[in-house]
Amino acid sequence: MGQISVELGKRLNSAVESMPAFPKSVQRILELTRDINCRPKDLVGVIEKDPVITIKVLKIINSAYYGLPNKITSINQSAVYLGVNTLKNLALSFSTIGILPKKNDAGFDIQHYLISSLVTANLVRAIAARYAAGEADPTDCYIAGLLHDFGKVVFAQCMPEEFNRALKLSANDNVPLHNAEQTIIGTDHTFVGAMLAKRWQFPASLVDCIAGHHGPKYATPLAECLLVADLVAERLGYDSNGNVSAGGEEPALPRRFAGDLDAVVTALGDTGKMVAEAKMFSQGEGG
Amino acid sequence: MKFRFWGVRGSIPSPGPHTARFGGNTTCIEVRSDNGTLIILDGGTGIFALAQALLRELPVSANIFITHSHWDHIHGLPFFIPLFIPGNKVRLYGAMDPVTGSGVEQVMAVQLQYSYFPVREAEMKAAIEYTSLAIGQSVEVADATITSTLLNHPVIDFGYRIDCNGKSLFFTGDHEPYYNIYDPEDDDFCEYQALIDEKQASIDQAMRGVDALIVDTSYTREEYPAKKGWGHGYFDASIETALRVGAKRLYCTHHEPTRSDAELESVFAEVMARHAPRLGGLQVFLAHEGLAVEL
Repeated sequence: MGQISVELGKRLNSAVESMPAFPKSVQRILELTRDINCRPKDLVGVIEKDPVITIKVLKIINSAYYGLPNKITSINQSAVYLGVNTLKNLALSFSTIGILPKKNDAGFDIQHYLISSLVTANLVRAIAARYAAGEADPTDCYIAGLLHDFGKVVFAQCMPEEFNRALKLSANDNVPLHNAEQTIIGTDHTFVGAMLAKRWQFPASLVDCIAGHHGPKYATPLAECLLVADLVAERLGYDSNGNVSAGGEEPALPRRFAGDLDAVVTALGDTGKMVAEAKMFSQGEGG
Repeated sequence: MKFRFWGVRGSIPSPGPHTARFGGNTTCIEVRSDNGTLIILDGGTGIFALAQALLRELPVSANIFITHSHWDHIHGLPFFIPLFIPGNKVRLYGAMDPVTGSGVEQVMAVQLQYSYFPVREAEMKAAIEYTSLAIGQSVEVADATITSTLLNHPVIDFGYRIDCNGKSLFFTGDHEPYYNIYDPEDDDFCEYQALIDEKQASIDQAMRGVDALIVDTSYTREEYPAKKGWGHGYFDASIETALRVGAKRLYCTHHEPTRSDAELESVFAEVMARHAPRLGGLQVFLAHEGLAVEL
């Protein structure tokens, strides 16, 4: 795993600070907040589907300043602690930065990334409910899935030229994207995502999940479910350019899944609704 | 420890003949620790009358704890006369605002802008210090310990518990009892309820067994449904809280600004008649300007 310089770490951190949110959530937040009687649950429903806004809220509430005894891992928890109006105004302040452009210099499809993150978030929760019931908190499952690939958006924003070369290398040579990132950038999205999550004092379990989601070791039931959710998402066509199984590199499944991804996919049943909801949410204009 | 109410009105100053007895000034409570140290809870317009009284005991060393930054809890601050007199010390404590990223110094800075007030902070002669508190942080002020608790309001609001030689009080600032933002049929209903219950338990713990519980009691239970989400409490909820945490005395404050003295007494009598049989040892009072309590 490649280390990165202190200076690059700072640059990546500030890239997130100024990063706008996704088009559909910005549009919905602006709509909802025009109505003084907007229902809090509708607002929470939008915020918790946007990885950028979610990260920024969790970053504030988990900061040393608030010194909360327990780490906060969900927007519902944030609503209880900060209050709905403060949450609303935070979301609004993030929404006025602008919107993440659909086309970026890296050629990274952010809409596909958003659908992939939402699908994975729901998959981790569904997989944990079946294979790790009582061992992984459903809230942690959702957030781990939503944020696991966050490093990719940071690369796209902060070092588009290098990330573009990594995306091309992964596609052309049929290697997993994280390996291509290592070759081109010297580190990968798991390392960068985890580094930022650690810097923002996110819970250690979440940091570990992000760091380890491409293996080789899976320390917790949650991390195991995330790994498998990532593979199922790839099968469904929503791996956010991860190319995880490229070149026969699909990692061995943890024991609880009996080594059989097909069986997991079958057990999950119809995932169409999950995908349809994610697609509906991520569509930029009017969708 | 003793305390005195200098402002008991919510939202906006409400002077006039109909509020003359309870008072029309907004929130300000003077607390004295056993050794006489001055602690002030909130800087609503009530702080101006307190400031006049303090001129008799110069130099003043004041420790002002701001529950939250809404106008009615800070708009007396620029008129806190000891700020203008050399030799005085004023330390302001309060929360950091997550939306602006500013600390408690913001509550003075916004008010002392050229367009809104003629004096700049640099021209104030007292030594002014600011301390932004973390959630649950305790600070020692002479023989008293003040601890913050994050409550529920449309802006970050700290309730403060003050302990001094075995006596204690808790002031909520503005606070609305938690409610579930989901409907019972929603997937998230149970999860949210569990989060609320956990948060409520931690607040109850912070209030547990206080000698005096001073609570935002803006509304009646009949008025409350139309004001849900505004961040204020109501009589029945305040009494429930006091009973649950085993407070000895409950002081209802932050009176609704349009409520006259007569209406306030009438509303209070109705509530007390309903709850009297279950109060046990709990004493319940309506706060009024000038009400002084020794614990």
